[in-house]
Amino acid sequence: METDINSQDRKDLDKFIKFFALKFNLAIKDIPEVTHEAKKALAGQLPAIGRSMCVEISLKTSEGDSMELEIWCLEMNEKCDKEIKISYTVYNRLSLLLKSLLAITRVTPAYRLSRKQGHEYVILYRIYFGEVQLNGLGEGFQTVRVGTVGTPMGTITLSCAYRINLAFMSTRQFERTPPIMGIIIDHFVDRPYPSSSPMHPCNYRTTGEDTGVTYPSVEDSQEVCTTSFSTSPPSQCVFTVTKAHFQTPTPVVTDTLRVPMAGLAFSHQLSSSRLSYQPAALGVGSADLAYPVVFAAGLNTTHPHQLMVPGKEGGVPLAPNQPAHGAQADQERLATYTPSDGAHCAATPSSEDTETVSNSSEGRASPHDVLETIFARKVGAFVNKPINQVTLTSLDIPFAMFAPKNLELEDADPMVNPPDSPDTESPLQGSLHSDGSSGGSSGNTHDDFVMIDFKPAFSKDDILPMDLGTFYREFQNPPQLSSLSIDIGAQSMAEDLDSLPEKLAVHEKNVREFDAFVETLQ
Amino acid sequence: MNCRSEVLEVSVEGRQVEEAMLAVLHTVLLHRSTGKFHYKKEGTYSIGTVGTQDVDCDFIDFTYVRVSSDELDRALRKDALRNSGGDGLGQMSLEFYQKKKSRWPFSDECIPWEVWTVKVHVVALATEQERQICREKVGEKLCEKVINIVEVMNRHEYLPKMPMQSEVDNVFDTGLRDVQPYLYKISFQITDALGTSVTTTMRRLIKDTLAL
Repeated sequence: METDINSQDRKDLDKFIKFFALKFNLAIKDIPEVTHEAKKALAGQLPAIGRSMCVEISLKTSEGDSMELEIWCLEMNEKCDKEIKISYTVYNRLSLLLKSLLAITRVTPAYRLSRKQGHEYVILYRIYFGEVQLNGLGEGFQTVRVGTVGTPMGTITLSCAYRINLAFMSTRQFERTPPIMGIIIDHFVDRPYPSSSPMHPCNYRTTGEDTGVTYPSVEDSQEVCTTSFSTSPPSQCVFTVTKAHFQTPTPVVTDTLRVPMAGLAFSHQLSSSRLSYQPAALGVGSADLAYPVVFAAGLNTTHPHQLMVPGKEGGVPLAPNQPAHGAQADQERLATYTPSDGAHCAATPSSEDTETVSNSSEGRASPHDVLETIFARKVGAFVNKPINQVTLTSLDIPFAMFAPKNLELEDADPMVNPPDSPDTESPLQGSLHSDGSSGGSSGNTHDDFVMIDFKPAFSKDDILPMDLGTFYREFQNPPQLSSLSIDIGAQSMAEDLDSLPEKLAVHEKNVREFDAFVETLQ
Repeated sequence: MNCRSEVLEVSVEGRQVEEAMLAVLHTVLLHRSTGKFHYKKEGTYSIGTVGTQDVDCDFIDFTYVRVSSDELDRALRKDALRNSGGDGLGQMSLEFYQKKKSRWPFSDECIPWEVWTVKVHVVALATEQERQICREKVGEKLCEKVINIVEVMNRHEYLPKMPMQSEVDNVFDTGLRDVQPYLYKISFQITDALGTSVTTTMRRLIKDTLAL
């Protein structure tokens, strides 16, 4: 482009534009990191025609969701003002433009968000050159042209495009809804527009203000995210997983929770509410690499698997979100569970004995085809064993669908150990059989059950002789009430029936006494 | 040269009046202030640095940027407080002017080159919920006003020329220690809801004419 600008004016103009891009005559406190990043982005060049300097402000939540809030763009076009004086007019107008920028930054919605950033979310910035990318601002974003300054080389324009649709944020991000099962999984979200410049936090409040969380000045945005959003306390079963971990079957387990494997040890199972259960009837099986970390699991997402069965304390069992939205591989998953009807009999590990009995009787009463299900036993964590798929027909034992057909594998399974106190289980097993067979009694259960050392949530070790875990283990399987055992009940029923006529005769004899008693009540 | 005139209108609650007016005044003066001029030999001068700071409003969900000059802030607050907080319509005018030296016996002429008029409509609210809604709405309105102000400022229309050292007082207010705004004056006009301002204006016009 030919201009009449002399070399001194040209030099001055470049200097002014550079100062504007970095810092101008206003007393703006430099943040070293930002200056460094800006200089790096400039890389010795200036905004030019077709090469705009853009600063993108975005928000990133503790759950890993991110959203672009605004984009500031310093552009240059071809419209020249050759009459203008560089050292005087352009300087003053650039100064005015910077003041306008300051004023406008307090007016956009992102400013209010940035004042409230902290544990729930942070504001990040990114500087890049090239074409401005406005796609991430959502629908109906607004644009403010902050100002223009004509120069002999072209017209500099500063504009700001900001998102106005913050509905996603207001309904999800800022509500203090605790995770359903205390699971926190941190993901790193891939940027939709890959660029060379990483995101950086905007944590530059001036002194005297309560800044809240201060972030270390790190170059890598990934590290920032990691340090910003910490995982739960160590007593909980929490995973911090990066996307890379989805590819491997060994997630990082931060807890010592191990999983009992077999279904017959159903009533033994300790799983806390964190453990998730997924009935095979749901048809899990897709190779969903977005499948989030499963607790204490030798995670192999290519196979349908059944996690350990929740025990008495478990209450509602959970399963991770199904890969209906598997495309969002990066998003956090909370364990939610929607049992299908076909598996409901298997899916209700009640803590009440009566319910257990009723469930199992339901299971037995239902047609056998319901019990016929694909059972895939899940390998415990740190176990180098393939997962097997076992198909069972209905067995005349309670919780038959969870019983592995092939027990040899379990015997060989290093994770399987005889339980310490299986005796309490036998009455339960035996009493549930009408024919008195003890097919499901102790033998299988002992072999299948893995007594593990688990740490319940929020419990502290070594403080009391009787900690929560010990208490739980001791009182987890109380003996079956004798009155609820079917055999005894059946016998007493027969006796009752036999003795009924005699009792009736006695009552008839005392009719008058009864009537008098009733009258006193009235 | 015609005086440039801009009008802004806001509806606020009584206790928000002062903050709303200060927000507008400071935003305009931020753009119409420079650092102190330091004249050197050979007709050159350097400009001092101006600091800025954020001001959070107490009664409005709004933050604005002002020049870091407590003197200027005090001067503006004194002017803003003159406006009453009662119901009705109030009007504040911020006028930037240049002085033109006249020969004796005539006094110096003040030629305005930019006038900002802020019409403030004061409402009374009954419930706390209404006040909360008002906080947010007025905040949003003021955001729009700031954007309007910035758009006007960046049209780069007439500005007085940078003066020689001898004439700097005709263009700038050099009385402040740390900042140098263009010469300005603030005037108020308070009317009640019935709008009797026309009467008072006419009365004033007649008085002024007779005084001459």
